[in-house]
Amino acid sequence: MKYTKRFDGRKFDELRPIQARVGVVKNAMGSAEFKIGKTHAIAAVYGPRELFPKFLQLSDRALLRCHYNMMAFSGSGERVRPGPSRRSKEISMVTEKALEPVVNLGEFPRAVVDVYVELIQTDAGTRCAGICAAALALADAGFEMKDLVAAISCGVVGDQPVVDLNKEEEDYEDGAVDIPIAVMPHTGQVTLLQLDGEIDPEHLRKALDMGKKACEQIADAQRAALRAKYTEE
Amino acid sequence: MITQSYVESLAMKGARIDGRKFDQYRDVTIEYGISPKSAEGSARVKIGDTEVVAGVKLEVGKPFPDKPDEGSIMVNVELLPLSSSLFESGPPSQEAIELARVTDRGIRECHALNFKKLCVKEGEHVWLAFIDIYPINAGGNLFDACTLAALAALHDARFPVFDGKKVDYAERTKDQLPMERLPISCTVWKVRDQLLVDPLPEEEQAANARLTVVTTEDNKVCAMQKGGTEPLTVDEIMAIVDLAKNKSEELRRFFR
Repeated sequence: MKYTKRFDGRKFDELRPIQARVGVVKNAMGSAEFKIGKTHAIAAVYGPRELFPKFLQLSDRALLRCHYNMMAFSGSGERVRPGPSRRSKEISMVTEKALEPVVNLGEFPRAVVDVYVELIQTDAGTRCAGICAAALALADAGFEMKDLVAAISCGVVGDQPVVDLNKEEEDYEDGAVDIPIAVMPHTGQVTLLQLDGEIDPEHLRKALDMGKKACEQIADAQRAALRAKYTEE
Repeated sequence: MITQSYVESLAMKGARIDGRKFDQYRDVTIEYGISPKSAEGSARVKIGDTEVVAGVKLEVGKPFPDKPDEGSIMVNVELLPLSSSLFESGPPSQEAIELARVTDRGIRECHALNFKKLCVKEGEHVWLAFIDIYPINAGGNLFDACTLAALAALHDARFPVFDGKKVDYAERTKDQLPMERLPISCTVWKVRDQLLVDPLPEEEQAANARLTVVTTEDNKVCAMQKGGTEPLTVDEIMAIVDLAKNKSEELRRFFR
């Protein structure tokens, strides 16, 4: 069946409403929240600080360590059991890989920079929202960064390329392809890419192009959030 | 150590780091429905720089064999490393477990929630309320913030639809939980000989004893927990209960 109209009435290339805010956790070195539709992520950065056990230390830079977690009440349906899962560990890892290319951690050999991402509410696209919040938190913490990182899920619902799938679209009965991507907005390079589903190269190209464009809009929202905090100070 | 002697010397002079009176709370705000799509009930509580979120998930389960006609609550507190550099990832610390258990007791013992009214079918189906509490910014006085947040989230909660077999989380009724009492926690801390409420983290570190007192609107004490290494006299305990009672009345007004 053709997917001709989105469940929530959006255009195929339209994002859900975005709210980004920087400096939401006072105790942290840097922090941010990122809401897209009903998905709500908070990120906080602690460090550079000493890293134990010592064998994890890197001699030429700080270790970037990300921790993705869904709050127990944040899932649709039953309570999410607290504690790390295989899913959350994988997302933590790809979040690290998505952010590493932009942050200069060479000034802090042997140290660790911890990035904590918590989801308060979820409606698909949580790893992308987490990455958007984390990139803002790192910028807020004052790390030298060569670019921001903006992330979004793109994909195909039915046979229609779309961006920013919500949960209903991810679960579309005739099949949906979910492609989370993270992009460095200045260079257009991709730092996160995953794919769930079945897709031909032609559709993939279309979906990725739409995703990249969407990331430019997200980066605008991120820059606005940073400006909102730092121009008033 | 420098902070500890500073806090102590200020206390002896009758002052606090941030200029508050010893029996003065920071600004308290309660916001309801902070995770309305996912949680059946949720709330955010701020006490000064301290921010705590709580969410309630309702599940249908089997009752305990000794209480076939009663539902129950499960309280869980996770001290997120996101909220303070002093918290670490990993299994729940003693501190987190104590917070969860004291919060649980305050709600359970005064029957804030009527467990009998959570029964769907005796011996088979009862509602279980999972209350998960997370600090977003730990800036002192998590004890009182956790109880406030848990109560606010319970008040915000609406039952999902249960057809006798399955819970439909996509559909929510207008029915609120059977809340019958409003227990409020007030923790009093002792720095040298001075009693104070709503401490900053520096004051918590300098304190040698604390007593959490949970009171109901009709002035009954429904849970207590002493912490810290220094003993308290009975006179001190009664003075603390008195102070806690007065402060709890004040905090109760922030509700609803």
